[in-house]
Amino acid sequence: MALTGLQIFKLLPNTNCKDCGFQTCLAFAMKLAARQAELDLCPHASEEAKEILGAAATPPIRLVKIGTGPREVTVGEETVLFRHDKTFYHATAIALSLTDTMPDDEIAQRISEAEGINFERAGENLTVNLLALLSESGNAERYAETARKISDESGMPLILCSDDPQLLKPAVDACAVRRPMIYAATEKNWESMAELARSFKVPLAVRHHGSLSDLHDLASKIREAGVEDLVLEPGAGTLAMALENQTLIRRAALEQSDKSFGFPTLVRLGGGDEGPLTVSSAATLAICKYASIVILDRYEPWMFLPLLTLRQNIYTDPQKPLQVDPVIYAIGEPGPDSPLAVTTNFSLTYFIVSTEIEGSGTPAWLAIVEAEGLSVLTAWSAGKFGGELVGKRLLEMGVEEKVSHRKVIIPGYIAVIQGEMEDAMPGWEILVGPEEAGDIPAYLKEVWE
Amino acid sequence: MAFEITTKTWPGKIPEITLGKDKGGGFRTVTIGGEETLPFHHFEGRTANRPVIALEVPDSDPENWIELAKEPYRDVLDNPVAWAKRAVDDFGADLLCLHLRGAHPDRGDRSAEECAELVRTVLDETRVPLIIKGPGPSDKQNEVLRKCGEAAEGEGCLLASAVEGHYQTLVATAIAYGHYLVAETPIDVNLAKQLNILISEMNLPPQRIVIDPLTGGLGYGLEYTYSVMERIRLQGLGGDPMLQMPMICFVGEETWKVKEVKTTAEDQPDWGDQRGRALLWEIGTAVSLLISGAGILVMRHPEAAAVVRKAVGELMGEGN
Ligand code: B12
Ligand code: SF4
Repeated sequence: MALTGLQIFKLLPNTNCKDCGFQTCLAFAMKLAARQAELDLCPHASEEAKEILGAAATPPIRLVKIGTGPREVTVGEETVLFRHDKTFYHATAIALSLTDTMPDDEIAQRISEAEGINFERAGENLTVNLLALLSESGNAERYAETARKISDESGMPLILCSDDPQLLKPAVDACAVRRPMIYAATEKNWESMAELARSFKVPLAVRHHGSLSDLHDLASKIREAGVEDLVLEPGAGTLAMALENQTLIRRAALEQSDKSFGFPTLVRLGGGDEGPLTVSSAATLAICKYASIVILDRYEPWMFLPLLTLRQNIYTDPQKPLQVDPVIYAIGEPGPDSPLAVTTNFSLTYFIVSTEIEGSGTPAWLAIVEAEGLSVLTAWSAGKFGGELVGKRLLEMGVEEKVSHRKVIIPGYIAVIQGEMEDAMPGWEILVGPEEAGDIPAYLKEVWE
Repeated sequence: MAFEITTKTWPGKIPEITLGKDKGGGFRTVTIGGEETLPFHHFEGRTANRPVIALEVPDSDPENWIELAKEPYRDVLDNPVAWAKRAVDDFGADLLCLHLRGAHPDRGDRSAEECAELVRTVLDETRVPLIIKGPGPSDKQNEVLRKCGEAAEGEGCLLASAVEGHYQTLVATAIAYGHYLVAETPIDVNLAKQLNILISEMNLPPQRIVIDPLTGGLGYGLEYTYSVMERIRLQGLGGDPMLQMPMICFVGEETWKVKEVKTTAEDQPDWGDQRGRALLWEIGTAVSLLISGAGILVMRHPEAAAVVRKAVGELMGEGN
């Protein structure tokens, strides 16, 4: 838990010797609290102060990395229970499972499908993150061979799933350099699993579906055995239980600085006979309520766009909407005769409109007017997208040099600004476009031929 | 160090609201509210009632709905009474949201009297509580909802929606005929509180108000609604009586209009099958708003509603 300036001050010598470069111990304490200085600057700090401040500086939820290279997965280091208090940082990583009993060509196909899931949305690429390899053959050699192949051929990090340490060992050995996660240590096998994770320096998932205090004990023992990178899987048999366990773990980490619960969490879904919609509804809860990793044992291609969009929503920084630069964008290869349209600098808006223009096949200029990252109607209601303002900005941006005609298309929802814009842009014709971006292609065809 | 659960209690409580009227003969009521804790935190407080699901019933053929959404009602598109019955009898709606869209001047301009008659018939024939949603804030809406409120006197309907600048008539109607009122504000804690104060000052008790925080659908502002609902609930439980109302989310209308729902798999092969994707768009919106505090979800597709109903059951600790 972060300390206040005053709490830190009480730990300092209070001699105001200025060796740290600050006028007083209090001034230095304030800088420390704001994380604008490091304790090392004070040569007189006691061991006790170093320890307390050191502990306060380590994040309450450990950052755990799985895999290597560009698709490395980072989870944990969250700081709040409610996203409006700051933001959620490391988006829920989605893992798709496959088994070592699948024929090689099916495995290859699944991998390429998983790698191919990539939706561009509001300037981000939404992807799934991990492959979870289940051991169903019971054959350590086959399992290790499959794991090696996947880690050689795919950039996606692996979760190696088996409760049998003996069976896992060759597989972990085969791809340890790619930093797979082991799944999972349990009450029965934890000693050998901890040994495996420690010797190969890979993260370890800890599973206990009973009481939280049993999971806590298990995590404590494994921590004491020297494994630092843990991921916790509490019971999630019903949605109520999933919500309760995830909430209590997050709270214990953040509010009680509980070290054994100071880890990212995992939820595994789709192993039963529920239909894919029910699995997805559980995944929705998991994404909203704190799961760092979701393993899907059952999935359908249509699940990903909704689930990944939800994840993007929940993990967006609430203080600052995603924005694009307020400039004139060329969509396709427009020339001086091409249409000119205008919208706001809200990323989502820009993304939707530019996608539609692109899809229309008519190259066009899209001028983005700065509006604090608000959507068209929100910006207009907030007084950031009035006709006079938009008109003035367009002229300042140099639309007159970009196009030889004198027409500009505005969003249909704010048809009311047409008059004001005409006044602000003498000689220009202000065309009211359709309300929904989806109708832009038809509109361009009709109006711009 | 052993682990012990630390629990939180709150000074505030969400009052209970019972919609509908218990008049025997199979007429059902629906009670919402009664939370003494954050959504589904059964380990530290009581959640007296399960959130409920209303299905949408348009008063006339909703020509702007996509085929997939119309499918369950194909043969009753122009028969709101039959539609309403099916929503209750076949699809298990806890209550209905009758949308008087046809009263809009651009969509048929149906008269207030006709609307009132329809309300009466639906109430008599379906025996579940009714949300009566007007054609949108305007003088026409005021007129329509006043007539409907009168025709449904004593039935404990939920009138939707009062907004800033258009609330007086609706408040008076709710008071005069014993109804409840949806107070809608655009995704803002302070605006919600302010409207509730204005309404209360006209002497409609706060226990008769349901907050509509305004739903942004999945991918289109959902995160704003999600967080505003969490904040409204935290402040309500924290003791602010002007934010202690149950919340309603109009999930169906926000989800079924978006591109990701309307686009076919032929047009976007990498998005996958349209049906599953569309249903999940509605389910994902509904479930996330459920866990941020919704008491009433107004939904469109019966299959999506069924999945969400199952989720509600699990969240309430029923079954395994
Ligand atoms: C999320 C949201 C917010 C968020 C802001 C999100 C953001 N970054 O903009 C928050 C909570 C902050 C917010 C605040 C407010 N909001 Co608001 N908000 C919404 C909500 C739910 C979704 C907006 C959204 O993201 N839409 C998605 C984007 C992509 O839409 P879009 O930009 O309009 O783009 C579409 C079209 O316009 C078109 N298009 C876009 N550009 C172009 C260009 C051309 C050429 C063409 C042809 C088409 C086109 O294509 C897009 C897709 O089809 C809507 C209601 C709703 N359900 O839609 C209300 C809404 C927009 N908000 C509203 C209001 C009033 C406000 C406030 C003023 C409330 C207040 N008094 O405080 C504040 C103002 C904020 C401020 N800073 O002062 C009202 C506007 C009323 C009106 N009709 O004018 C709405 C409609 C809600 C309502 N029904 O009352 N809001
Ligand atoms: S060096 Fe240490 S003791 Fe000296 S003023 Fe700075 S904080 Fe105080």
